[in-house]
Amino acid sequence: MNDTKPTLELRGVSKSFGAVQALYNVDFSVRAGEVMALVGDNGAGKSTLIKSVAGIHPFDSGEVLFEGQPVHIHGPKDSAKLGIEVVYQDLALADNLDVVQNMFLGREETTGILRSLDEVDMEKKADETLASLSVTTIRSTRQTVAGLSGGQRQSVAVAKAVMWNSKVVILDEPTAALGVAQTRQVLDLVKRLGEQGLAVVLVSHNLYDVFEVADKITVLRLGQNVAVYNRKDVTQTQVVEAITAGKLSKVPGPEAEVVA
Amino acid sequence: MTTATPPPIETAPGAPAVAAPGGESLRDYVQRWWAGIRQGDLGSLTIVIGLIIIAIVFQSQNSNFLTAGNFVNLIVQAAAITCIAMGIVFVLLLGEIDLSVGYVSGVAGVIVALLTFPDGNQLATFPTLLLALGAGVAIGLLQGVIIAKIGVPSFVVTLAGLLGWNGVVLLLIGDRGTVIIQNSFFEGFANNFVPEATAWIVAIAGVAVYAGGLLWERYQRTKAGLGHAPDVLILLRVGALAAALLIVVYVAYQDRGIPYVFLVLAGVYIVLTYVLNRTTFGRHVYAVGGNAEAARRAGINVDAVKIACFGICSGLAALGGIILASRLRSVDTNSGGGSILLYSIAAAVIGGTSLFGGRGSVKSAVLGALVIASIDNGLGLLGLSSGTKFVVTGLVLLAAVVVDSLARRGREQAGRA
Repeated sequence: MNDTKPTLELRGVSKSFGAVQALYNVDFSVRAGEVMALVGDNGAGKSTLIKSVAGIHPFDSGEVLFEGQPVHIHGPKDSAKLGIEVVYQDLALADNLDVVQNMFLGREETTGILRSLDEVDMEKKADETLASLSVTTIRSTRQTVAGLSGGQRQSVAVAKAVMWNSKVVILDEPTAALGVAQTRQVLDLVKRLGEQGLAVVLVSHNLYDVFEVADKITVLRLGQNVAVYNRKDVTQTQVVEAITAGKLSKVPGPEAEVVA
Repeated sequence: MTTATPPPIETAPGAPAVAAPGGESLRDYVQRWWAGIRQGDLGSLTIVIGLIIIAIVFQSQNSNFLTAGNFVNLIVQAAAITCIAMGIVFVLLLGEIDLSVGYVSGVAGVIVALLTFPDGNQLATFPTLLLALGAGVAIGLLQGVIIAKIGVPSFVVTLAGLLGWNGVVLLLIGDRGTVIIQNSFFEGFANNFVPEATAWIVAIAGVAVYAGGLLWERYQRTKAGLGHAPDVLILLRVGALAAALLIVVYVAYQDRGIPYVFLVLAGVYIVLTYVLNRTTFGRHVYAVGGNAEAARRAGINVDAVKIACFGICSGLAALGGIILASRLRSVDTNSGGGSILLYSIAAAVIGGTSLFGGRGSVKSAVLGALVIASIDNGLGLLGLSSGTKFVVTGLVLLAAVVVDSLARRGREQAGRA
């Protein structure tokens, strides 16, 4: 798994918003079958990194390689075409629609000369996707999302992301705001995504979660990549140290107190 | 999440994710339906009960209410509001409002009356119909573009429309006062009746197509290994439609019969229901109303959906205006005014379409319009003034919204808002 080319690789990417340098010369990679955790304090640049990968705002400089080929991501459609799916924290599900309708939203299948919705086929595929992810807690895919628990909603959002032959799935704080049992469900799901050969990026604040499922850990601090660890070779204390005091290659901005 | 009395969603690990193929029993289905009602998913239950109460009350006060003649009157009286309310549903589903439908219907009615007026250069029936409906759709698209692209609240844009199109009605009528419709097609649209044999054939064909559709769905789902509704329920649904059509057609032909406008509206109802429930566009309408941001991220062109819905709404308002002009056989400076706008919006809301978007159906407009027309008709039979009519209709609307809000609270407590 270490000799294969990374599915997604960023080389020296930078991004600034006006005077604020959000990302500086960041290297990042994730391989198929690997769960890569992306950790860092608030404002470390985690969200900027995933939003740039998703095409919401492109990188200023640096290279993006997908399966070894340089690519340019200018919009959400570009990243979706490559097979990069992002599950955002607020999930973007319509409460008044049922599970199947949400999973196929914007990509509905139609049949016949009247181009009517192919409900049977969509329901079958949705059931199959959930079954392949061993999501057993959703009793019927025909109940509305409003009636689902937080963990179930997360499962639906993840299933929606992986249904489209995606290769890279980025999960933004998937366990924030979940209870213990539901966090368990979602973490199991994240593990299974890796086992199914997807490249998984897990953005999280919660180191317990990270140590539970991640194979590797990338630490961002003040927009810079300060460490990449194999989970097996590192302790939580070391990761916390990197998050709060990792060595920076460039001291950002004129504000000296940031370094202190 | 607050789960006071949660439905049994969380099952033990290892339980099948899908209902076992072969379909659930009627008992399961009834239990689920009853659980839904207790949690505030009222469906059409309250409105049907409401209609029965209205019928009992008016019949006890005036024995003319439940007669064949009054039944036919009721169909004709409810037609215009039904049509406009069906359009309103599309806008309400988005969480928007259209206050201009009343005078848009007036504009269409006036266009029909003026263009067909036999002054030597009158237009033929079909081009007139196209022009009147086209004007309605165009008005809706224009208002929709302003709302979606510039981002002005629909309340304000259509309020401007309410004033503006009222002015257009007055300008078009000019100093004529009242224009009598003298085109036989438009005159007969709401006032002529379908031959009895035709009505029976259409009714039987309708039941057959409905039954065929349900059986086809059952066959497809069984073939795909998915559960389907219990067979008894399919039988009950087909039976209910057959019984309803049997009663409507039989009773109507004890008097004058089924007016042509009824057939047209039945056709519109079927097409709109199909569009909302069975097409990609309809799905996107519900998605935009439920969570516009989710729809946008899913790649749905939210602006286009909004503009289309306002177009549909105004188009149906125009058809409603033509129906109203036909029923009254004339248009005047008051066309599109009075209670039409508020009755139409009230009909959709009484029927159960939410003002907050994402929840509702074409059926709700029909049932709501039936309630409003029944009250209007019944109070008329009792010889009560418009003042009383408005007060009673207002109270019914208030009751409907209160029931909806209570139901909504029930849904929230059950985590199904």
